[in-house]
Amino acid sequence: MNKPKGWLNVLIVLAVVALVVFPLIIVKDSEFGGADGAAEEAITEVAPGYEPWFQPLMEPPGGETESLLFALQAALGAGVIGYAIGYYKARSTKRERSDEHSA
Amino acid sequence: MKKKRMLSGIGVILLFALYFVWNEPQTAYAMHIMEGFLPVKWAVFWWIVFLPFFLLGLRSLTKLTKEKPETKLLLGLAGAFTFVLSALKIPSVTGSSSHPTGTGLGAVLFGPLVMTVLGTLVLLFQALLLAHGGLTTLGANAFSMAIVGPFVAYGVYRAIIPTGRQRLAIFLAAALADMATYVVTSLQLALAFPAASGGIAASFIKFAGIFAVTQVPLAISEGLLTVLVWNWLVAYNGQEMAQLQSIKRGA
Repeated sequence: MNKPKGWLNVLIVLAVVALVVFPLIIVKDSEFGGADGAAEEAITEVAPGYEPWFQPLMEPPGGETESLLFALQAALGAGVIGYAIGYYKARSTKRERSDEHSA
Repeated sequence: MKKKRMLSGIGVILLFALYFVWNEPQTAYAMHIMEGFLPVKWAVFWWIVFLPFFLLGLRSLTKLTKEKPETKLLLGLAGAFTFVLSALKIPSVTGSSSHPTGTGLGAVLFGPLVMTVLGTLVLLFQALLLAHGGLTTLGANAFSMAIVGPFVAYGVYRAIIPTGRQRLAIFLAAALADMATYVVTSLQLALAFPAASGGIAASFIKFAGIFAVTQVPLAISEGLLTVLVWNWLVAYNGQEMAQLQSIKRGA
């Protein structure tokens, strides 16, 4: 079986961190908003007078609650990924051991 | 061989440097199309385009879980991967943030249609609870993120895998799926909001300039993270992965 290359994974994580941090360093005077407000601007620029015809059924009351929900989303996903990888890892270790026994 | 690799490495770094130099920071946004922000006829149009893919996806998902119930955990992992990545709003060189899509991994593992269902569920969650994206625009957003993205990922993977460079295939599949998603989003907005002068093309260039450019570093991050998870899977669950590959070839 393919053994994990630890150093490669470390490099990958470092590269991702660098890709995220780099814009924060080189771009000054920006809040890095991905805000929906800015989206409105871009559309009204092209199509002034456009009125959204439907509102979200439920909206987080503020930034704090919104970040709570986003954190929850990431945490849930990360939990499942951690569970699955851990499960697979333990299973493959167990299989290798029982192979050794029977051999 | 080694020299060639080093040269291509330097080439990539140079391209990147050029990209950063050329790219003037600006206020922008890059994410899913918001609730109510597509005119009714376009919202309906994209829903109609999206639905058949979703139904086919449901069918192939039930088939998969019935024939191979042991893949459920891997399915959960693929869904969780999109779930996590969609929650990460990452700063980009344009001075705005966007998030990756994470649909490439599942598309490569299970085929694109299964990922249509999982990606749509993530979009639905965000539309309902986070007011991010929307129900009226769900058809359009699902088309870009849960249909075009996975199909691009799958196509790219299939095209590169004969060369035997599996990690490269995974990386490009995930990164290009991510890019394609936002290119399609730009196109959808351009179709709905053609510029007064220059029409759809001018509008597309405007939106793509915002969306696609912001997405470049994120797409690379997504490609790298997908390779990371792939490495773990190959190391610890190689058997199941090999089985999945052989099923798809048979199908």
